[in-house]
Amino acid sequence: MLDDFLVRAGLAAVGLSLATGPLGAFVVWRRMAYFGDATAHAAVLGVALALATDLPIELGTLTVALAMAVTVAGLSARGWAMDTTLGVLAHSALAFGLVAISFFPAVRTDLSSYLFGDILAVSRTDLALVWLGSLAVLALLAWRWQALLTSTLSEDLAHAAGIRPDRERLVLVIALALVVAVALKVVGALLIAAMLIIPAATARGLARSPEAMAGLAILLGAVSGLGGLALSFWQDTPTGPSIVVVAALLFAASAGRSRV
Amino acid sequence: MPNLPKGRHMSLIAAEHVCVRYGANEVLHDISLQIAAGEIVTILGPNGSGKSTLLRALLGILPVAEGRILRQAGLRIGYVPQRLMVDKTMPINVRRFLSLPTRVSDAAATEVLARVGMTGLGPQQMAALSGGQLQRVLLARALLGQPQLLMLDEPTQGLDQQGEAGFYHLIEEVRTATGAAVLMISHDLHVVMAASDRVICLNGHICCEGTPRVVSTAPEYRALFGLGSEGALALYRHEHDHDHADGHPHHHHDHEHDHA
Repeated sequence: MLDDFLVRAGLAAVGLSLATGPLGAFVVWRRMAYFGDATAHAAVLGVALALATDLPIELGTLTVALAMAVTVAGLSARGWAMDTTLGVLAHSALAFGLVAISFFPAVRTDLSSYLFGDILAVSRTDLALVWLGSLAVLALLAWRWQALLTSTLSEDLAHAAGIRPDRERLVLVIALALVVAVALKVVGALLIAAMLIIPAATARGLARSPEAMAGLAILLGAVSGLGGLALSFWQDTPTGPSIVVVAALLFAASAGRSRV
Repeated sequence: MPNLPKGRHMSLIAAEHVCVRYGANEVLHDISLQIAAGEIVTILGPNGSGKSTLLRALLGILPVAEGRILRQAGLRIGYVPQRLMVDKTMPINVRRFLSLPTRVSDAAATEVLARVGMTGLGPQQMAALSGGQLQRVLLARALLGQPQLLMLDEPTQGLDQQGEAGFYHLIEEVRTATGAAVLMISHDLHVVMAASDRVICLNGHICCEGTPRVVSTAPEYRALFGLGSEGALALYRHEHDHDHADGHPHHHHDHEHDHA
């Protein structure tokens, strides 16, 4: 069954949404959209680094995404003007990454697969990595769920209850870096943040509890993934953008429905 | 945080010569205080006098630069923050909120909601609560931990005078029912004093402290709040009479009163 590239692609899309759903909910609640962008864009630089050092691509993206996420989290804790700082970091990381990759002529033609994803070319190993990474993120969030929710609502309330909000923030940072590393192949660096935000935002209009919102975001992410895959396969459109297009259409449909 | 030796000390929590600084700016200077079991203490001071800073230092949220804070070993603190901004992006109802960060049974949730006069509001979304309802829910959540000490940071901010009186009445009821000590912050003068056993007047340092009657006649207190020679005592008496005239529930205090 796994011999069929379409089956592998579908499983990769579903696997990824297990992580992007609940993590995306936190990105929406904590207004970390730009934060997700900065981390995802840093992945391009990670690709260049991996190519230069002959390391696996996933390791390169994970390392650089983690470094970027920790830097940004550290700066925000020190009270920097986050909007500007994140803007500078996100776009610089992307630009440096693109320039660095251009030094590898063999990859130049392949560049769009890092930017927009190449889900139809997912190998068995890629698939295993997507599921391992996503399940790790899901387990991490489930383990810290109560503490994460409390510190998201109020850091003071969390602190008074013996929770360390800075540690919980680090949990999210690590989860984000993991998601970026596994999502690069599926949706590409430019649109990872979209996969975090759009399904969670759609789920917000339909959910009455944090858990329902995270669960619905998983479902909507999976549906978007499969729908985008179909679109990409039948219309020969780039996969990452196709997935995001379907996610955005679902968002528009639910927004229209809730207004009526 | 060092523990107070059990038994030998009457107090639940104590500050000894505590200084708190933000950078070079000393916000709190040489603060020493003790809270004994079962008493209601109010910290009173103008804006910027360091009231919230003191509470946050006592809770261990802020580090102290000098001095130390001692707690009775295993002290259970219930904290009611100044306000809670529940972001509209997070769907969460009152019942679910009560289970953060420690899950509680439906029976316990129903009972505590009844105690704060919020029976039946469990399914209500947090973002849809009025200011007064939110304060009561925050109090309910704090009570679930069976606290020996309740800490409330300006709990009646944004409430009208009737709501304010009702909330302080509730605090007294809670103290009577559970025996918990209460440490409150306020910047309003008369209403809160009527509900306190002891008042600490703060302006970076402790200006004066004692029973409401003693403090309201202290020259330091009048200077701090810019009151004339008649000052707050008149105001306080007036408010107390006013309460009776309006048929508000009579507050029974175990401290002395000057009925004009």
